[in-house]
Amino acid sequence: MPRNPQLNENGELQHLLSIEGLPREILLQILDTAESFAGVTEREVKKVPLLRGKSVFNLFFEPSTRTRTTFEIAAKRLSADVINLNIAISSATKGESLLDTVANLSAMQADIFVVRHASSGAPFLIARHVKPHEHVVNAGDGRHAHPTQGLLDLFTIRHYKKDFTKLTVAIVGDVLHSRVARSLIHGLTTLGAPEVRVIGPQTLMPAGVEALGVKVFHDMKAGLKDADVVVMLRLQNERMRGALLPSAQEFFKHYGLTLDKLAVARRDAIVMHPGPMNRGVEIDSNVADGPHSVILPQVTFGIAVRMAVMSIVAGN
Amino acid sequence: MKLQIKNGRVVDPASGKDSVGDVYVADGKIAEAFSKADKTIDAKGLVVSPGFIDLSARLREPGFEYKATLESEMNAAVAGGVTSLACPPDTDPPLDEPGLVDMLRRRAKSLERARVYPIGALTVKLEGSALTEMGQLADAGCVAFSQANAPLPDTQVLWRALQYAATFGFSTWLRVEDAWLAKSGVAHDGEVATRLGLPGIPPFAETIALGTLLELVRATRARVHVCRLSSAGAVEMMRAAKKEGLPVTCDVGIHHVHLCDMDLGYFDSNCRLDPPLRSQRDRDALVQGLVGGVIDCVCSDHTPVDDDGKHLPFAEAEAGATGLELLLPLTLKWGAASNLNLAATLARITSQPARILGTASGKLTVGAPADIAIFDPQAPLRISAETLKSQGKNTPFFGHELQGRVRTTIVAGNVVYEG
Repeated sequence: MPRNPQLNENGELQHLLSIEGLPREILLQILDTAESFAGVTEREVKKVPLLRGKSVFNLFFEPSTRTRTTFEIAAKRLSADVINLNIAISSATKGESLLDTVANLSAMQADIFVVRHASSGAPFLIARHVKPHEHVVNAGDGRHAHPTQGLLDLFTIRHYKKDFTKLTVAIVGDVLHSRVARSLIHGLTTLGAPEVRVIGPQTLMPAGVEALGVKVFHDMKAGLKDADVVVMLRLQNERMRGALLPSAQEFFKHYGLTLDKLAVARRDAIVMHPGPMNRGVEIDSNVADGPHSVILPQVTFGIAVRMAVMSIVAGN
Repeated sequence: MKLQIKNGRVVDPASGKDSVGDVYVADGKIAEAFSKADKTIDAKGLVVSPGFIDLSARLREPGFEYKATLESEMNAAVAGGVTSLACPPDTDPPLDEPGLVDMLRRRAKSLERARVYPIGALTVKLEGSALTEMGQLADAGCVAFSQANAPLPDTQVLWRALQYAATFGFSTWLRVEDAWLAKSGVAHDGEVATRLGLPGIPPFAETIALGTLLELVRATRARVHVCRLSSAGAVEMMRAAKKEGLPVTCDVGIHHVHLCDMDLGYFDSNCRLDPPLRSQRDRDALVQGLVGGVIDCVCSDHTPVDDDGKHLPFAEAEAGATGLELLLPLTLKWGAASNLNLAATLARITSQPARILGTASGKLTVGAPADIAIFDPQAPLRISAETLKSQGKNTPFFGHELQGRVRTTIVAGNVVYEG
């Protein structure tokens, strides 16, 4: 196996491509830095000059509102210039190749590329071809990874639960297609969470998922029992009918999070969701808007976490 | 011209011979000893072997000249000691008309390098619905019929194709992969694909298709060569099918003997192959299958891909690896790791594929075509874009140091390569 492509020769974070393979120290460095930025976002003047004069290119080959916006806010709070490019069609049909696009933007003096792409591994390809002073931050690639989402999930869990080493975390729903689940699982296992569970039907579980260090449950209540953290995954519209699932209603019956099902988790359990939510498909409104839900704080923390990631890679 | 190859270690897998001596060539054939040669080659310290026979090498003509040309790939072939190669029909247009086959053979012949054996398309445009004119294609020089990597999901068509081929004694060379199960998959459905978030192709995509094919062979008695096994399950099924006496043979691609899904690393698109690299367990079963003879031979499955086709995210990258120049060193590496002697090792790229191809080459007996590879089995070979003659610079073995360098390649008694 070649050297982890996201670390430089000093073992520091050059790019953020995946949580997998990142040492615990780097994860904690990001979370601690994010903690310090969380204060900035509450100040009257919400800016720090860390990325002044730097250019951040938001390069989105797949549509996104929340992630792109929070990256933009994060970059602006670091005083960077932000350029948004929505190239919401695949690089293969667009004529210009992915690497040509990146080379052109690089000629415009980019410092950080924030990349979302429908193909797993696309940010790795870009990272292999950028100049040494340029940094790539993965904002979601195919089913593979969504490391800043994973980090903001970790930040949220640490905020409410303090210590990872005593936690039972249940991740529910479409694990097969979920980059959010993969990134969070790697983060939790690296930070020492003793029990990470995935819950869903066999059709939505990837082959050999146990090898990631999780326990698989098909029965929701069994999987939620005594959980400290419940993470609901988004179910994409196109998966709701067909060979993976018969219908959204049937999915909700078995795996939708309701107050009744949540009752078997710990009384102080928190409920998370990466958004956007499908109310009545994976989560009931009573839960989404209820006292266990930390879904909106997740969004707020996302800004601080993305500020931390961009300031750290730009400094290395 | 009379040629004498002196003092080499002569290895002839067909007869099991492995001894130091001379090989004589006259009129393009292996000859009895004679005293007065027009030319002599000193092969002291080198191995003299039948030229290698590769059952799958894509030359990319017609249609894909931007990926490779007949000239570049024929140079690669002889640089790799390959003197006969079968080329799959997945050109553009596919080899489904006698005129195309005829043209390819003429072009290849005019280059005076390796012998080229076209494999005809089994169905028109490889679309899997209408049969090609197999009789006329055979007359034009097709040695077998195949779908290359194109699916043939309609089992009615597959059945009829095998019946028709069996009627006239044509051989069909088929990949086995259930098109539905393989749909949109790009990697072995296992832990690595799960970790990398790549859509998977389960191993039973192969065994289900093989089960169907074997059942149809049982019904039609068509002669079938199963191409590019990738799973342990398929090796076991082939073992049973041969024991039962079905008229089947099979091969494996050289990359699948050495690599597994772990080698994908961080999305190395050079490891994007068709069939996909599977688990270590599957790889070990392929190695053992080749050692024990369930798998008859190994091929390069040479597929030159241009940079534009590989500099893409893994799932979008074109499948395939360059292989003609790696066939010998990688086969030697497999043989050494499996404790096989040189004759047994080389059998998998000489006498065994010759049998499947139905050619008189692949042996050094008197009267056989003088297709010969002379190589240094210990000489180091560093794999790099600069050293590869093939226009396809796509290989997972970049930067690797392998052993086994071809010094001289002879086809029909003529020296076609010296390195």
